[in-house]
Amino acid sequence: MNLNPSENLIDTATENLPGPAVSEKPGSPELATKIETRDLNFFYGPMQALFGISIKIAERSVTALIGPSGCGKSTFLRTINRMNDIIEGTRITGTVYLENESIYDPQVDVVELRKKVGMVFQKSNPFPKTIFDNVAYGPRVTGIKNKNELEEIVERSLKQSAIWDEVKDRLNSSALALSGGQQQRLCIARTLATNPEVILMDEPASALDPGSTSRIEDLIYKLKQEYTIVIVTHNMQQAARVSDSTAFFYQGELIEFGLTETLFRSPREKKTEDYITGRFG
Amino acid sequence: MLPSSKHSLSAKTNFRRIWEGIVLTSLMFCATVSVFVTAAIIFVLVSESVVGIGDSLAFFQEVSLWSFLTDTAWAPQYGEGQFGILPLLAGTLWVTGIASVIGLPVGLASAVYLSEYASPKTRGIIKPLLEVLAGIPTVVYGFFALFFVTPLLIKPFAENVLGIEANIFNAMSGGIVVGIMIIPMVTSLSEDVIRAVPRGLREAGYALGSTRFDVSTKIVVPAALSGILASFLLAISRALGETMVVMIAVGAQPKLTWNPFETMCTMTANIASMANGDAGTGSVEYRSIYAVAFTLFIITMGMNIFSQFILNRYREVYH
Amino acid sequence: MNQAGLQYKRRLKRRHLVSRMFAIICIISTWFGLLVVALLLIGLMFKATGIFDITASSQTELRNWLTPHLLTNHMSSHPEKAGMVAGIWGSFWLMVMTGFFSIPLGVGAAVYLEEYSRENLFTKFIRLNIANLAGVPSIVFGILGLTVFARMFSLFHDFPPIGIPVGIGMIKIPIPFGRTLLTGSLTLSLMILPIIIIASQEALRSVPQSIRHASLALGATKWQTIWHQVLPASLPGILTGTILALSRAIGETAPLIVIGAVSFTVYNPGNMEHVSDYLTKPEVLLTVPSSDFTVMPLQIWNWGTKPQPEFQDLASAAIIVLLLVLLCMNGLAVFLRHHYGKRLDW
Repeated sequence: MNLNPSENLIDTATENLPGPAVSEKPGSPELATKIETRDLNFFYGPMQALFGISIKIAERSVTALIGPSGCGKSTFLRTINRMNDIIEGTRITGTVYLENESIYDPQVDVVELRKKVGMVFQKSNPFPKTIFDNVAYGPRVTGIKNKNELEEIVERSLKQSAIWDEVKDRLNSSALALSGGQQQRLCIARTLATNPEVILMDEPASALDPGSTSRIEDLIYKLKQEYTIVIVTHNMQQAARVSDSTAFFYQGELIEFGLTETLFRSPREKKTEDYITGRFG
Repeated sequence: MLPSSKHSLSAKTNFRRIWEGIVLTSLMFCATVSVFVTAAIIFVLVSESVVGIGDSLAFFQEVSLWSFLTDTAWAPQYGEGQFGILPLLAGTLWVTGIASVIGLPVGLASAVYLSEYASPKTRGIIKPLLEVLAGIPTVVYGFFALFFVTPLLIKPFAENVLGIEANIFNAMSGGIVVGIMIIPMVTSLSEDVIRAVPRGLREAGYALGSTRFDVSTKIVVPAALSGILASFLLAISRALGETMVVMIAVGAQPKLTWNPFETMCTMTANIASMANGDAGTGSVEYRSIYAVAFTLFIITMGMNIFSQFILNRYREVYH
Repeated sequence: MNQAGLQYKRRLKRRHLVSRMFAIICIISTWFGLLVVALLLIGLMFKATGIFDITASSQTELRNWLTPHLLTNHMSSHPEKAGMVAGIWGSFWLMVMTGFFSIPLGVGAAVYLEEYSRENLFTKFIRLNIANLAGVPSIVFGILGLTVFARMFSLFHDFPPIGIPVGIGMIKIPIPFGRTLLTGSLTLSLMILPIIIIASQEALRSVPQSIRHASLALGATKWQTIWHQVLPASLPGILTGTILALSRAIGETAPLIVIGAVSFTVYNPGNMEHVSDYLTKPEVLLTVPSSDFTVMPLQIWNWGTKPQPEFQDLASAAIIVLLLVLLCMNGLAVFLRHHYGKRLDW
């Protein structure tokens, strides 16, 4: 396999974006690049987990990261909001750009970055507080105290994440009493409340039943009109259903990146084909 | 299989079974000893303070419970003797209160530091040091208070800043040192419960754009609150039961006072000094230590059981 | 940049400041106790060795109290002649006898709870009871020892001592036990029992199930499996916990005051005059359990509460000795944990 396939792959991906797969998307036909990584290497102590990842992710689209477990897709996702910083002994080389800003630049405030790049986790993790307090957490830590303003934000976020009707009568009851799927949508609402530009999702539906999963997928489809979404999934049908472009990771390397339809119909790399046809993974 | 060999096999099995039975019985005995100990403690305290054994009278058969609980003086040596627990309770509360004001916040802050801020390497240095601190005998802490804290800190502070006289034996000095003494306990108990807070909650917090302060104080500590309260209760109960520091630094004069720079007497110090003194074994004076110990036991046991209850429920939530 | 963005930036600066200040407070808190105790220890060391006494009045002469006499002499009303040999031997025998009673009981209880018991109401009750017993103030154990062992509820009067035959003679046990080493060690055994049980339980729990299954599959009985496989594998952990519990026991003072242990004595346990007595006159050993005794912490308490400053300095020196002994024991425990803990890393 060639060592640096991603460069031209990215170009094709971005160039192809206005093509048939995304034509139904409202808004501008030409989507700008929101996130770009260049030659990104990542290490857990002595172990290298990512090898020279270069990728361009378009704004207001859904990008799926697929690959067998341990392939580095989650690690890659977590470099975009610098979540790996909180793990002891990790190291990174190369650059990640959010719009035109290098996010690993020493001047970048990681707290501000994470407000801009929200994240939803595999296991829903609502705080052991009320539903209201969960959603209001983000705005509150940034210093918003006004009750009306908070109520407005909470209502908007809950509506955006399609859970408002289910919880509007019990905003002051514990978030832990919600079902798994509701908890996950609450976590999405909590992320939306901080007004992010990008939402990273780490297998957000892997622990949920089919009904809740399809609700989350509908939500993702709706949210991409305003947000750039990057989603890690091990479910290839899900990737095919929700994403505009797909990146296939294998053993810490980016093997192939392109429009979802193209990648699933006619993958260029043998490994991609083997994976999506279920020969391994 | 031949009948003879079958026979020997079963004989051996029989012997084994008997031996295993003996072992199991003795191990079970070992496990029940702790229950016997608790029962013995309760029996001793009840028999000497409430109902006497044989012809000897128990404490409460000579002194009424009412006067024990309401009398404002503890003066067994004068006349009929006064046995009011209030001065001893007040002394205990003073010392425990001062110790809590110092030990609880400092211990909690250091637990937050160890679990949320410190690198594994720093933790590897500090935790053994705290263990060493916890291993220093209480009699040593007592002399820290008497030799250094009182003359170098308490007396100058009281005399120069507050303009009042401080006794060599005073509740302030003992309380401060007991507070320092319980720090390692608060730290290690609180750190355990704080670390039990799922990692996912911290990650969610950081992903929402929180500083470490936000995550520590608005997510982790609230999530661990009941566990932290339980560890506080255990530490307070430890401070309540502390004897040597109090006996050495606070003194043994039961006094009902609002001035923490005065000498006082706690329940524990009272027990120790009474037992050490020359009250005759049969006297009311001597038996009063059982009534005081009973009071102390009920208070500490109640706090311990309550905190165990909270901790068990806490563990159920996060495991 | 818009208004909200600017405001966010301004607030962010303040949040970082708050966060940093909070971190500093937490760090100070962490080191506070350690530093204060370190300072006090240094002060104590200076006081004991006469280098510098921050609290001394001008008349007291500074001298080094940390001398060989301190280790070899008996107590005396002259501070220059006083030593703590009786306390050292008392602490030694107290530790040996406390270990003799508490280790089998504690480890046995832990084995039962971890290896045999099923999770039912009874074991739940025992567990809760052990946890609560660990929180009972030591002075209450003193009262238990005083009443049950030292006085035996005052039920026995003029009762002849009981003789227990051992190889070289008889151990004579007075009834009631009185203020003897036997009373002291039984009392402290009960006090440290919960600590030993909890530590042993943890050590047993860390032995992987596969070892038990392998042994049982080879036809060993449950007890054979425990005795030959599980206990040896958990020994470092059990020893570490036991040493820490015993070091807690020899630092204890309050329960011993209550049972009536003497703080001033000029006799070693068993009236032994020289270490060689234990070898040349082994019958001395038989009288150890029924001897009156003192321990290091009691002597420290006795000296430190005397009004003369010389005795207080002597107490400081004795504290240093006690702390060194405890440091050695702690060091041994840490060594065992690390050395064998690594070798037995599954």
